[in-house]
Amino acid sequence: MIRIANGQGFWGDSLEAPLEQIRRGPLDYLTLDYLAEVTMSILQKQRSRDPRAGYARDFVEMVGRGAADIASRNLKIVANAGGVNPEACRDAVAKALNRPGARIGVVAGDNILDRLDDLIQRGVALKSMDTGEPLESIRPRVQSANVYFGGAAIAQSLAQGAQIVITGRTTDTGLVLGPMLHEFQWKADDWDRLAAGTIAGHTVECGAQCTGGNCQVDWQTIPNMADIGYPIVEAEPDGTFVITKHTGTGGRVSVASIKEQLLYEMGDPREYITPDCIADFTSIRLEQDGPDRVRFSGIRGKPATGLYKVSISYSAGFKAIGTLMYSWPDAYAKAKSADAILRQRLDRLGLRFDAIRTEFGGVNACHGTLAGEPAPDIAEVVLRVGVRGDDRAAVERFTKEIAPLALNGPPTVTGLGSGRPKVEEIVAYWPALIPKTEASPVISVKET
Amino acid sequence: MHRVKLVQIAHARSGDKGDTANVGLIALKPEYYPLLAEQVTAERVKQHFAGICRGAVQRFELPNLGALNFLLHESLDGGGTLSLKADAQGKTYSAALLRMEIEVPDGLFSKDTLHG
Repeated sequence: MIRIANGQGFWGDSLEAPLEQIRRGPLDYLTLDYLAEVTMSILQKQRSRDPRAGYARDFVEMVGRGAADIASRNLKIVANAGGVNPEACRDAVAKALNRPGARIGVVAGDNILDRLDDLIQRGVALKSMDTGEPLESIRPRVQSANVYFGGAAIAQSLAQGAQIVITGRTTDTGLVLGPMLHEFQWKADDWDRLAAGTIAGHTVECGAQCTGGNCQVDWQTIPNMADIGYPIVEAEPDGTFVITKHTGTGGRVSVASIKEQLLYEMGDPREYITPDCIADFTSIRLEQDGPDRVRFSGIRGKPATGLYKVSISYSAGFKAIGTLMYSWPDAYAKAKSADAILRQRLDRLGLRFDAIRTEFGGVNACHGTLAGEPAPDIAEVVLRVGVRGDDRAAVERFTKEIAPLALNGPPTVTGLGSGRPKVEEIVAYWPALIPKTEASPVISVKET
Repeated sequence: MHRVKLVQIAHARSGDKGDTANVGLIALKPEYYPLLAEQVTAERVKQHFAGICRGAVQRFELPNLGALNFLLHESLDGGGTLSLKADAQGKTYSAALLRMEIEVPDGLFSKDTLHG
């Protein structure tokens, strides 16, 4: 049996969680997920300004703080912290470890930004999986393009002796499957076991969201959320596994908490497609295996497809969102009136947007009309107005029209403490597919 | 028969993929799953989310988990970073679905075992 922990569910998650995972109980592997869909574009921008940047600096800090424990416990770490510059990340990690003889692996080859025109010319259209449009339609606005590799590349790096594996764009599930492939020497076409490792990865990839975080069942009774334990996979060579957490931590691992996470961001449950295999979520058998332990068995998989998914980001205009808060009496009526006034002023200025959207926090921002009408004496309502468009100047002007409502509109208004809203550049996500023959992971291991 | 809100017999979690939201609906007890499977159809969910979902609704069954998974297409104002919604990822759509009412047979459960 090997113990594989998740220490981070997204870039921005708890900085303490990975260190707690290392210190509060036995582990063989720690995995960390840093890359959301548009993170690569932010990192690409950082690298264009500074050739040594473009990776998750939080990871380097974590390794530095945990260096003594990582060494004394002989812990292996797998993280997609490399972003668009995994080699620079490796060098920074080597420095942070400050120990000769450590072996650090890099999985690269995912960055295909420089090859896009060549691919398009050779007939790889990189059509959007959402709209079917070819990439050509937004080609000049593309900011980053990365192939999702799977667990197999991580396993190869571990086989070459890496104690820390730093990857570029890999699947979240691959971070967990990779160590299993390596430790258990599963064959590349052992689809059921590959699916099991993939489902283990899916279960823990959002950190504490499977150990009681966001859990709707009896949420008030979930113990000690302030010290919530992050998930650990206890994996067996036969493809069965248990999800648990360190003894003494808060949170709850129950069949209910696990089921919720299994369904998170789910498409067709029979066809969960990764570069490694297709996993069938309708084959999973769950049982409570003691307190804070849920056992998985029965998992079935199917052969992988011949395609890799590509994550492409592109510049898609500008947006700004402003809020104002109105108090009783007539809070909702005041907020609605302010919205109408704002729209009249935008019209009079001749400003055009691709979208303008108004929501009323406290009334309908989450559930729309399903929430029904608010109580007539509602204590307060947040007016939230957003605009989006290609014309930066128009979006900028909107931010200068919402702020004056603090003085020149309906009464008992507040909440403009931080001033005018900021204009944001929108970096949108373009998922596409390419044949696996068009990209290969590049694996290297270097000793510090 | 009497009517109950889904929140009394089910729990849920929702997330996003681009402009599509997914809502996983899970029976709180195995014996409630057939009620969900029979009554919480794709058509009813489309109707329920009429003000939110502009596209089609697809339904998938996971009897092994006592669960249904719904895909609500064109429901997130463009989705991801394009969306101007406060809930751009549809994270609260799970609870929005639990507002739906369905018919349950009298005596299926006693009142004190109900959630919500």
